[in-house]
Amino acid sequence: MIEPIFLLEAALNGILLGGVLALLALGLNLIFGVLDIVWIAYVDLVMLCMYCVYFLVMVYSWPVWAGGLAGIALGVVLGIGVHMIIITPILNSPPINQLLATGGLLFFLQSFATFLWTTDHRSVRLALPIVEVGGMFFSFARLLSFAIAILAMLALYLFLTRTFIGTAIRAVSQDRGAMALMGADPQRVYVVTSAVGGAMAGLAAALLSIQYSVHPHFGAAFGPITFMICVLGGLGNMVGAFIAAFVMSEIISVGGVLWTTEMGYVIAFGLFIVMMFIRPGGILARRE
Amino acid sequence: MARALGLLLLGLVAVAPFVPMGGIRSYVIHVVIQIFIWSFIGTAWALMGRFGLVSLGHGAFLGVGAYTSTLLWNNYGLSPWLGALASVALVSLLAVIVAYPCSRFRVIGHYFALTTLAVGEVVRLLIIAERDWTGGSLGLTLAAPSTPSSLVALQFADRRVFYYGMLVLWLAGLWVWHRVDRSMARSAMEAIGEDETAAASVGIHVTRFKVGMTVLSAALTAVGGVAYAQYIAYVNPETLAGIGVSLRIVFAVVLGGMYSLLGPTVGTALTIALSEYLRVFFGVRLIGMAETIYGLLLVLFIIFLPAGIYGSVRELLRRRRPASAPATA
Amino acid sequence: MLALRDVTAGYGAFTALWGVSLRVETGEAVAVVGPNGAGKTTLLRVISGVIPPRGGGLDFEGRSVAGQPAHVIVARGIAHVPEGRRLFPLLSVLDNLKMGAFLPAARREFAAGLERVFALFPVLADRRRQRAGSLSGGEQQMLAIGRALMSRPTLILLDEPSMGLAPVMVLRLFDLVRRVREEGYTILIVEQNVRQVLKLVDRAYLLEVGRIKMEGRADELSEQDFVRKAYVGL
Repeated sequence: MIEPIFLLEAALNGILLGGVLALLALGLNLIFGVLDIVWIAYVDLVMLCMYCVYFLVMVYSWPVWAGGLAGIALGVVLGIGVHMIIITPILNSPPINQLLATGGLLFFLQSFATFLWTTDHRSVRLALPIVEVGGMFFSFARLLSFAIAILAMLALYLFLTRTFIGTAIRAVSQDRGAMALMGADPQRVYVVTSAVGGAMAGLAAALLSIQYSVHPHFGAAFGPITFMICVLGGLGNMVGAFIAAFVMSEIISVGGVLWTTEMGYVIAFGLFIVMMFIRPGGILARRE
Repeated sequence: MARALGLLLLGLVAVAPFVPMGGIRSYVIHVVIQIFIWSFIGTAWALMGRFGLVSLGHGAFLGVGAYTSTLLWNNYGLSPWLGALASVALVSLLAVIVAYPCSRFRVIGHYFALTTLAVGEVVRLLIIAERDWTGGSLGLTLAAPSTPSSLVALQFADRRVFYYGMLVLWLAGLWVWHRVDRSMARSAMEAIGEDETAAASVGIHVTRFKVGMTVLSAALTAVGGVAYAQYIAYVNPETLAGIGVSLRIVFAVVLGGMYSLLGPTVGTALTIALSEYLRVFFGVRLIGMAETIYGLLLVLFIIFLPAGIYGSVRELLRRRRPASAPATA
Repeated sequence: MLALRDVTAGYGAFTALWGVSLRVETGEAVAVVGPNGAGKTTLLRVISGVIPPRGGGLDFEGRSVAGQPAHVIVARGIAHVPEGRRLFPLLSVLDNLKMGAFLPAARREFAAGLERVFALFPVLADRRRQRAGSLSGGEQQMLAIGRALMSRPTLILLDEPSMGLAPVMVLRLFDLVRRVREEGYTILIVEQNVRQVLKLVDRAYLLEVGRIKMEGRADELSEQDFVRKAYVGL
């Protein structure tokens, strides 16, 4: 029997993990929900930004916050780049082409990273303290990430609801054609969305790099779970993704303590599969 | 003309194991065997893929198939011939468990792809998690039979036996594809792919067809898994299950062309040839380069040549022949 | 103001419009009537730039707009209220109107534009925070028209605004369109409800199977026997 204190610690760690997974998922949700395109290589873009942070901080001795900002900037560039180079030519093709094209990108990124930097795990070593609360231990890095993730989500929420372009992004997700009739060039909206999504990816990369080591197959590790969170929460539904992220991370964290890490993931994925059958629109299904 | 060429090629393939090639013949046979096996698997995948049932989780079927027969042989001495039957049965059950609810609850398109992705990952993770009896990420070696070559154990010392066995397997896969292509099922599936509701309204039993096609594709994939396990004599969750192998199958098929008989074979042959070439000529220096290149190629192909190499070449040749002008919509 | 000369357009291999010519003068209200499948919606889509014309000329205020993308044509001053309204269902009434004012020029005058819309359609002011999808049919149509007005157009295209509305609402709707017209907007309206729309407009065209079969003043057309018999107010 597991001591309750470890369960509680796992549960709380799950919440912290959920914060970062939610941030990861939000960027993808923006692109997935708005553009209705599967960027299967999304987490691999995060991987690239993580490498950027790693090299800047560990090799060129940049301060961490600067490395993080650079990571975000790279994310923006990558986001726009992917949209303009890969997505735009196939916007009107059958959706499977989009999935496969970005899948090709995934292969390309993972393999090229292997070629350039080998499969060694690289971590940004920071002497961040461990926080103890009532016999439970939490890494400061995780707490910091969680806090920033919450702030970022708030900022994104405000961006989407209070700003003009944010409302336009939500509008495009509801009716792409009607936006053109408003005088809005859809391509402009797409590019902005891609930039914001890329920025979220960069931010997630910055926060993840102080908690995890980066390696070329990082995308394979975090990719599937990120997609599932998006779908589970309802494509395009930010709040839903938030909730789904926490549900998934709790299952993974607690399951990992009760059984093995792998079983935690198995249960999480199993839940996803079952949810697909029962409520394909996600937990907070809002679309018909 | 095309038929003569095809027969010539087939003839070459049939006698290749006996053609003197200097010292490399063993290696060439090894590569071609793998092409046969993976082409077979790719063709099986394409049975679903061409109708819009894009599965990103065929690793699940592959893995369950391979591990079932391997475990039965290693632990109970059950001949892989029977083990293959067990594999097919188990995988078919899995396919029904996945496909039936998907069809019933209208899980299609992106959603279907992601669901299959999850299934593939679940299989991979379960194999790793249950390391006590599956060997976990270290994999499992196929136990050697009492004699080096045994038909019952489906293991042979002479690679050439495998060669012809896999050649037959590959041809069998093509035959199944061809039969499906000519059948009523094809029209039904195309109707379903275009508009499920409309198809249902004219009396097409949508669920039956979708589940049936999935089971067929999965069962064949399982056989491919058994074949792989018997030839390589080693199974491993990374090579046989999970998102990596699933995606590789899909990409090879798309590269060659999803909608044609030989498309998956051409795509698989090209990708395997490319990685072997790079491995042989550049060795360790270029680890990851093969996949980098065909990741890049895949992107380019989707954008410029969505019918794949084989499909596009065929279309090009067809247009050259004035007599057979296709009717346009 | 608007002139189509011999416009041909269609979808893929299918041609929906064959050599259509029509004109709308500034300040006019013009209707295009005809049966289902005549190509009326296609006509409006060509004008607003959603689909490009394959042949013929399309001029607005003296300059050609043929082949321009939709968002450019909106900037020139043509607003299209599409068939089925196509509101953003999950956005509020206010947000929908905001989206209508996407153009920089419109955005600058957003407050003034909003006032004007609320003056014309007071019920929208009451429901400004409500989700557009939860409005009644009539209110949705008003919102759709209001949204179009926010882009500060000179010409408004209305595609079957009475569709899906109860008869009582239809009368109110045409009343409102009349008031919009009185504010100084030029109107081109496509309708199946021939009887009602002919009471509203100055001139009308009859479009059948992609060709203009008749044109004339509204009062003259409504006298026509076959018009009355064939298209008795649906």
